[in-house]
Amino acid sequence: MLKFMARRFSLMLVTLVMVSIISFIIIQLPPGDFLTSYVGALMLAGDVVDNDQIEALKVRYGLGDPIYVQYFKWVNGLLHGDLGRSLEWGRPVRVLIMDRLPWSFTISMVSFLFVWAIALPIGIYSATHQYSIPDYLATFIGFIGLAVPNFLIALLVLWWVFRSSGQVIVGLFSPDFVNAPWSLAKALDLLKHLWLPALIVGTSGTAGTIRTIRANMLDELTKPYVMMARAKGVAERKLLLKYPLRVALIPTASTIGWILPGLFAGELIVSSVLGIPTLSPVFFQALRSQDMFLAGSIVLILSTLTVIGSLVSDIALALVDPRIKGSV
Amino acid sequence: MSQQEILEQQVTPPASEDEKVYVASQAQLVWWRFRKHKVALGSAILLIVLYTIIISADFLGPYEPRTNHVKYIYAPPAKIHLRDAEGRFVWPFVYATVGEMDPNSLRVSYVEDKSQRFPIGFFVPGEKYKFLGLFETNVHFIGVAPGGTLFLTGTDGQGRDMFSRILAGGRISLSIGLVGIAMSFFLGILIGGLSGYYGGLFDTVTQRVIELIRGVPDVPLWMALSAALPPKWPVTRVYFGIVIILSLIGWTGLARVVRGKFMSLREEDFVMSARLAGASEVRIVFRHMVPSFTSHLIASITMSVPGMILGETSLSFLGLGLRPPAISWGVLLAESQKISVLAESPWLLLPAIPIIIVVLAFNFMGDGIRDAADPYSR
Repeated sequence: MLKFMARRFSLMLVTLVMVSIISFIIIQLPPGDFLTSYVGALMLAGDVVDNDQIEALKVRYGLGDPIYVQYFKWVNGLLHGDLGRSLEWGRPVRVLIMDRLPWSFTISMVSFLFVWAIALPIGIYSATHQYSIPDYLATFIGFIGLAVPNFLIALLVLWWVFRSSGQVIVGLFSPDFVNAPWSLAKALDLLKHLWLPALIVGTSGTAGTIRTIRANMLDELTKPYVMMARAKGVAERKLLLKYPLRVALIPTASTIGWILPGLFAGELIVSSVLGIPTLSPVFFQALRSQDMFLAGSIVLILSTLTVIGSLVSDIALALVDPRIKGSV
Repeated sequence: MSQQEILEQQVTPPASEDEKVYVASQAQLVWWRFRKHKVALGSAILLIVLYTIIISADFLGPYEPRTNHVKYIYAPPAKIHLRDAEGRFVWPFVYATVGEMDPNSLRVSYVEDKSQRFPIGFFVPGEKYKFLGLFETNVHFIGVAPGGTLFLTGTDGQGRDMFSRILAGGRISLSIGLVGIAMSFFLGILIGGLSGYYGGLFDTVTQRVIELIRGVPDVPLWMALSAALPPKWPVTRVYFGIVIILSLIGWTGLARVVRGKFMSLREEDFVMSARLAGASEVRIVFRHMVPSFTSHLIASITMSVPGMILGETSLSFLGLGLRPPAISWGVLLAESQKISVLAESPWLLLPAIPIIIVVLAFNFMGDGIRDAADPYSR
C-alpha cells in the first residue's frame, strides 16, 4: 500500500509540474510581456511610474532572461506563495484568489455530495426495476441532464427567479445577510441559497453517474453469487446493499477523477450566469481584459485542486479494492 | 444428380432470413442491428435533415440573418392565423404588425393591424443572397409579400429575424462539431494507434499525457486559450482557432479508445496468423485490425461530437468564443444573457432548443451505433 501511495504521489508531482507549465504558457500567451501591460495600466490610471520600481519588477520576473529562467522564477514565486500581481485589480493575485476560492470550493463540494446523494438511489432503483416506467423516466432525465448545458439551466433558473421575485441575481445570501458577521442565522441563510447553484452544477455529473451505477448494477445482479444469496433466503434489501452494490460502486467510484474537473468547470460557468461572487466573475473579467497572471493562476489553482482530489479518490479506491494497486 | 447440378445447388443464393445472415458482410450486419434501434435510427434521420437545413439556411429563412428591421425591435413571434375574422378556415396568414410605444414605460408593444392580411407564401422573392455561395437569387422558401413581416420566432434587439438567425447559427454550431471531430480523430487515431500498437515507452508517456489532459478541468483551459486569441482576428480564423483549442483536448478520448482496441486486437489469433502468413505491418493494421473496430470508432466519434458543440456554445455564450458579427447558437444565446431583456422577450432563448435536440440526437445515435458495433454479440 505504501509503495502504491508513493508511486501515485510521485505521479501527481509530475502532473503538477505539467499543470504549472500549462499555466505558465497561458500567462505568456498574449502578445507583449506582463511588464509593458503593467506599466501601461499604471499610466492609464494616471499613476507616476517609478523607474526603480520597473527595474525591480524586471529582475523579479526575470523579464530579459530566457523563457525557462522566467518559468523557474515564477515557480519559485509560487512556492513562496507569490502568484504575481493582477494588472486590473492592482492587488496580489494570491489575495484575490484566497478571497473567492473558498466559495468556489464549497459550491463544487456540495454539488459533489448532491451528485452522489441523487444518483445512488436512482441508479439502484433503475437497475432493480429495469424497464419500468420510473427507469425510463430516470434514463430520459439522465439524457436531458447530459444534453442541456449548465449555463442554459442556470439561465432558465435565473429567468424563473426574475419572473417570480424580480431579483436579478441569485447570490449566496439574502440581502440582509451579505455584510452581516457570521452567525447561525447567516449560515442557515447560506444553506437556503447554496443548494440551487450546487444542484445546477451537478446535473451532468448526476446524469452520468446514474448511468454508470445502473449499468454496473445490472451487470452484477445477474451474477451467480446474487442468485446463490437469494436462494439461501437473504432478504432482498440486505442482499442488494451487502453484495452487488459494493461491487458495482467500485468502477463508479473510479469516475470521481473525471467528475471533479467537470464540477470545477461547471461552477465557473454557473456562478458567472447566476452572479455568485466566487472565483468565476474574477476569472472571466481577467480573461476578457487579458489579465493573465490572474487567469493563469486560477487555472493553476483549479487544476491543482482537481489533481489532488483525484489522488485522494484513487487512494481511497485502492483501500477499498486492492486490485487497483497493480494498475497504476 | 450430375456434378454440375450439385454445384449449381450450392451456389444458389440462400432463401430464408436466417441463411442470409451467414453471407452478410460486416457492414450489413451492423446496419441490420442498427436499424432495429428505432430511436437511434430516428436520430440519424433527424440529424441528416438538420444538416440539410443548415446548408440551405439562406434559402429556408425568410430574411437575411443580418438585416436590421428597425421598426421591429424585440418583436414577438408572429401569430399565424388559420381562420379569418368570420371564423372560416383559410390559407395561413399573418396580420401586419405595428409597434406602439407606451408613453410611460417607453416600451414598444406590437399589435396586429387587422385590416391588412398577408398570406404566407412559399418560394417568394425577398432579399438577395448567394445560394450555397454559388449563384445569386432572391427566392426564399417561406415569406410574405412586401409590407408584411414574418418573424416566425420574433426579432432581437437590433430587429433581426431570429428564425433566420437560428438557421444561420446552425452553420457554425453544427459544423464546428464535425470539423473539430475530424481534427481530434486524426490526432486520436495517430497517437492512440501508435501507442497501442507499439506499446513500450511511447505508450507510457502518451498515457501520462492523456491522463494529465483529462485530469485538468477543460472549460477553464479552453477559456484561457481562447481568451488569448487576438480579438482583431476575422471570424474564420477565430473559428479555426476554437476548433484547434477544442480538439487539443478532445483527441484524448478517441486516442484511448483506439489504443484500447489495438491492445486487445494485437493478441488476437487472426493478427498472429496474418503475421505468420507474411503480411506487412501496414497491411495487418489497415486490412485486418482497423476494419474490426471501425464501428466502435464511429460510435465514440458520434458520442464526442456533442461535447464539441457544447464547448463552442458555452465559450461563445460566455463571450470567449466566437463574437458577433459571427452567428452561432452560443452567440445568439449570449445576446439573451441580460435577464431583464429576457424576461420581456423570452423567445430569445429559442436557440437553446436546437442545441438540446442536436446533442440528444447525437447521443442516441451513438448509443445505437455502439450497440450495433459488435454484430456477433447477442
